[in-house]
Amino acid sequence: MEIIIQGLKEGFQLIWQMDAEIVDVTLLSLQVSLTALVLAALIGIPLGAALALRNFRGKHIILNTIYTLMGLPPVLAGLLVYLFLTSRGPLGQYELLFTPTAMVIAQVLLAAPIVCGLTARAVMALSQEVYDTAATLGASRRQASLTIMREARMGIVAALTTALGRVIAEVGAVMLVGGNIRWHTRVLTTSIVLETRMGNFSTAIAIGIILLVISFAINMLILSLEKRTFRYENTIQIT
Amino acid sequence: MSLRKSKLGLIIGLLAIFMMTALAGCAKEESPAPSENQPPVTKELKLATTTSTEDSGLLDVLLPEFTKDTGYEVQVIAVGTGQAIEMGEAGDVDVILVHSRAAEDKFVEDGFGVDRRDVMYNDFLVIGPAEDPAGIKGEADVLKAFAAIQEKQAPFVSRGDDSGTDKKEKGIWKKANISTEGDWYIEVGQGMGDTFRMADEKKAYTLIDRATYLALKDKYQLEPMVEGSPDLLNPYGVIPVNPEKHPQVDFEGATAFAEWLTSEKGQQMIGEFGVKEFGQQLFVPDAK
Repeated sequence: MEIIIQGLKEGFQLIWQMDAEIVDVTLLSLQVSLTALVLAALIGIPLGAALALRNFRGKHIILNTIYTLMGLPPVLAGLLVYLFLTSRGPLGQYELLFTPTAMVIAQVLLAAPIVCGLTARAVMALSQEVYDTAATLGASRRQASLTIMREARMGIVAALTTALGRVIAEVGAVMLVGGNIRWHTRVLTTSIVLETRMGNFSTAIAIGIILLVISFAINMLILSLEKRTFRYENTIQIT
Repeated sequence: MSLRKSKLGLIIGLLAIFMMTALAGCAKEESPAPSENQPPVTKELKLATTTSTEDSGLLDVLLPEFTKDTGYEVQVIAVGTGQAIEMGEAGDVDVILVHSRAAEDKFVEDGFGVDRRDVMYNDFLVIGPAEDPAGIKGEADVLKAFAAIQEKQAPFVSRGDDSGTDKKEKGIWKKANISTEGDWYIEVGQGMGDTFRMADEKKAYTLIDRATYLALKDKYQLEPMVEGSPDLLNPYGVIPVNPEKHPQVDFEGATAFAEWLTSEKGQQMIGEFGVKEFGQQLFVPDAK
């Protein structure tokens, strides 16, 4: 218990003092994970929507594959990216291994299936009735599809927060493809592993707190955006 | 109706999976029948040690023999020297086997450990790419080799994890009075195997213990550059945790372990280890 309290104390001290290395590590964490999230959204949202709104042969197999990839073990994702980027691998000539770019690639691989799968689910959950209503009101096919996406935005926001939570807290892949190099590819999660291995438990907890605070702040931001969007719509009330 | 049917099917399917797992669990519990010609193992001893003793396979050879002789079963927690010592200080383990003389002495001075004994030593070597940009191949003095690396700003990968190996490496830079500021010095904060892999990938120099090097050298391309320099020797010590600080530790077992390692038999096994597998002795026993 003592060590946890000590960790909490040191954590707030570290944040307060703005230790240069911790700031560097925190900024890199944010940079890598947010970049990965944006890319994953650009891939996952259109793909998920298309999968939900169109019917074609093999749709279920593809959906099932994406749902499976949502649980892709980070170390495995990291290993795949590693094998492509290693100097003896197919993309070795670009010298991307042990760079933040490699970390972004691995995290996109983890986040895109989550965004895609959850978007597809959110859209499928409401598509037919909304589409029918819109069509009844004279909407074109395209307009009706856009209406569906608008209605599904709550689910898509949930998809994005879930994906962000996964990548920012992920350690296996970024450790492998980033290499945890001080001042270059060290992020919050790999720092926690390192400090733990060095026996600096309170510093590890301190960095963990920073990670949680960041997650909390981002989610707060997203929730407040959500609230603004839904200000004029009633929440469900049970009376 | 069809919905109901498919739901029922799903439930049956899930139940079947659940039962299979449960059955597998049962089967596992039954299987290890105690063999009768071995003494019953009742006592457990927790050992915190460095990854090098575990990864090299030394403990796999020593521990079964120790168990046979004393009846103690040893649970190995293989971590960096820093964390191993921390575990000893917290009383989470009974005995530690580590290699960082300064940290070991402090551990004993602070009263966390008693009766440190020399067990063995191994040595480190500097490895690097065949192109050898710093021109250090065959250099007898590691201090000069390190100076050349810094002068040429040749990439050097450092463990950077406060482990015994890391402390050793930092000690050499310090002794040679060289600053490691700069992009050429890459601190990765990972274990020896990962550091080797990254150095290979980056065609960089690194400091590595011989056991890990021999175990992994066929996978990578880096070559030995400097070996045999007196500054590259690496002594291991065994230290039981002080029962006065932590009454819950098994001091008797810890002492038995320390005595066994430094006994004639233990020392002989350490000296023979590696000759068969690698054609080379990995650890030199040096108990007094």
